[in-house]
Amino acid sequence: MRPKQRNRLILAIVIVLFVSISAVLALTALEKNINLFYSPTMIVNGEAPKDRMFRAGGMVSDGSVQRDPDSLEVSFRLNDEANEITVKYTGILPDLFREGQGIVVQGKLAPDGSVMATEVLAKHDENYMPPEVEHALETARKMGVADAEKE
Amino acid sequence: MLPELGNFALILAMIIALAQGIVPMIGAARGIPSWMAFARSAAWAQLSLLVFSFGILTYAFVTHDFSVAYVANHSNSALPLSYRISAVWGGHEGSLLLWVMLMSAWSTAVALFSKRLPLEMVARVLAVMGLIAAGFTSFVVFTSNPFDRYFPAPLDGRDLNPMLQDFGLIVHPPMLYMGYVGFSVAFAFAIAALLGGRLDAAWARWSRPWTIIAWVFLTLGIALGSWWAYYELGWGGWWFWDPVENASFLPWLVGTALMHSLAVSEKRSTFKSWTVLLAIFAFSLCLLGTFLVRSGVLTSVHAFASDPTRGVYILMLLGVVVGVSLVIYAWRAPQVKSAGNFALLSRETFLLGNNVLLVVATATILMGTLYPLILDALNLGKISVGPPYFNAVFVPLMIPLIVVLGIGPLSRWKQDDFGRLAKILRYALVVSLVLGVLWPWMLFGKLDLMVVVGATISIWLVACILLDLFYRIRHKSSFWKGLTSQPLSFYGMSLAHLGVAITVVGITFTSYYSLEKDLRMAPGDQLELGGYLFQFDGIRDAHGPNYTSTKGIISVTRDGKPVGTMYTEKRNYTVQQMPMTEAGIDPGLFRDLYVAMGEPLGDGGWAMRIYYKPFVRWIWLGSLFMAFGGILAASDRRYRLMARRKAGLDIDAKLATQES
Repeated sequence: MRPKQRNRLILAIVIVLFVSISAVLALTALEKNINLFYSPTMIVNGEAPKDRMFRAGGMVSDGSVQRDPDSLEVSFRLNDEANEITVKYTGILPDLFREGQGIVVQGKLAPDGSVMATEVLAKHDENYMPPEVEHALETARKMGVADAEKE
Repeated sequence: MLPELGNFALILAMIIALAQGIVPMIGAARGIPSWMAFARSAAWAQLSLLVFSFGILTYAFVTHDFSVAYVANHSNSALPLSYRISAVWGGHEGSLLLWVMLMSAWSTAVALFSKRLPLEMVARVLAVMGLIAAGFTSFVVFTSNPFDRYFPAPLDGRDLNPMLQDFGLIVHPPMLYMGYVGFSVAFAFAIAALLGGRLDAAWARWSRPWTIIAWVFLTLGIALGSWWAYYELGWGGWWFWDPVENASFLPWLVGTALMHSLAVSEKRSTFKSWTVLLAIFAFSLCLLGTFLVRSGVLTSVHAFASDPTRGVYILMLLGVVVGVSLVIYAWRAPQVKSAGNFALLSRETFLLGNNVLLVVATATILMGTLYPLILDALNLGKISVGPPYFNAVFVPLMIPLIVVLGIGPLSRWKQDDFGRLAKILRYALVVSLVLGVLWPWMLFGKLDLMVVVGATISIWLVACILLDLFYRIRHKSSFWKGLTSQPLSFYGMSLAHLGVAITVVGITFTSYYSLEKDLRMAPGDQLELGGYLFQFDGIRDAHGPNYTSTKGIISVTRDGKPVGTMYTEKRNYTVQQMPMTEAGIDPGLFRDLYVAMGEPLGDGGWAMRIYYKPFVRWIWLGSLFMAFGGILAASDRRYRLMARRKAGLDIDAKLATQES
């Protein structure tokens, strides 16, 4: 083998090794950091994972926002028109958070079935509905119709 | 009447762009000079028409012509003049009009500054750009026409989204788009060179300044976006790994790789096929970015438009561009001969390392960005990939990149000697290891592994840059003579690399030493944070042209001495009934103080964010260094010499001796 070819081969092997290691590490990181989305109905049915972060979304129920007077603790309920869950959060709510608005939260499931949120996302204007929430509402409506037909 | 004229000009521009794409291409293939020369006139005509069209849309905004649907949806009679002008690109249709106008501005710039290039090359380059412009102008005309009318015209407009009523948003999109479309020049040069079979050092030298300028715009655009997010979104974050941010960051990473790979192609005549591939990828990622932002497939602060037909149209354009260019590549690239030969330890290898790391980083970010979209498109569930993924994959790739970045400029082309490099670098190694621990410890009094790593690689980089300068001038007769005899491109490179070090310091220190406190504050309440005492003095009502607001007043003291008074606002924009937080920031080179109001909590109490963010300005300061370095590098005299080319080969010979 000529030195030129040998050099190229060494470089190629190093690059291939490096890229494969990066790919494995990236896939592992991806696996750990994927947040699945669950609707209130799915959470009520016990489909949400018990020990990892996930996203939940729905409409903030009217009159459900309760604040602690001395701290930034707040709790509210999220619904998809079929079921409702309680969300607890400590911190400042986004500008566009309000009752009746479609929002998405990220957090973990507490033993009592409520969601302990680490992040509350409310974006866009009052007419905007996050696509996940819209999808959840549609699914809940369809299931409602199907249940009604069964009865 | 005027909007119809604007529309007419837009349609005419589309037809001329198509002609610019076809006529010179055939002319170049058949060798018909007049057909090739048509490219330049077409570029000028297209630009004039688009500027006219853009001007008419701007006029409609300025004069409150609410019969134009786009104006009615994005403006209001109470909107101040500066925002009425920036509202032209505040929505989907107008921002695409800006996109195609800037695209044709780049074409015209190529037509103007390519007087000494072979006519055949110019014709092909402008033809490729014409075809892309035709594709996007037709997209505007058929799916996103900004001149559509409302009948009857509404009495008033729906106002510009309050988030966009801000200085940062006046300048951020044009900068970013200049970068996006600027990479079409590098792309067009690559395709033209492939078609003409002229993939040589001259091609690389022509592409370099264009690529660097596009990269400068993209750098500034991304930095402005980050700065805007920091002060406008009201919670002090400066990078979110949001898909739309990634959409601008991906072409930046590949564009950075392309700049460095072009250097090897020019100087050593190797890496050429790879460079062409990078040029194709960089522009494809720019188009992907446009698709992600403009198709409405994303949930993000930017995705205001959502109309599936638009997404499909851009996706088709993207598919055609990528598909056709890869076919041309597959057809022509095997004929490219790489002349250069290099040893394992050489500057070529370090630049190869740069390219591999940047491309792998791009691939991992692309995967995290597209994976949720693909799953969603296949109905396999709705997921999101969070910032921890991106940090986990990106940071470990950047550490070796910066280490290599220090060594690269000190190493020699073709072959270097390990002993020589080790002898030079040992000082840098010692200094960076010692200062990397001492500096953060003296500043903040505590350490974290990642802080030591971040500080060490930054100091390593600075030390390497200084060593490079030292070795370049030590044989010159005087210090001053040594400094002035270095080419501009050397200073450009060094400044840009210094910018990387500055940004890394900013990111590291802000990430690990920021103090953040969210709390309830009533008037008179105090908080001590980072050595500063914040006192909430109360609120005051205020109002602007199109909003009412509540101002929170916070006075800051340090060791009993006043530092200043900070104002944060809770605005309510009356037309859209949309609340917005305006953060109060006391900026400084070494620390920012940041306060932002949350919601009222009753009994005069307010939720309040109070942050102490050390070195956060360095993140954007570093970007400015990078951009300025790019401008210096692109204005190096050898590109201009090349352009004048009076003595032909003589100059090439002269340059070869200068550079060695």
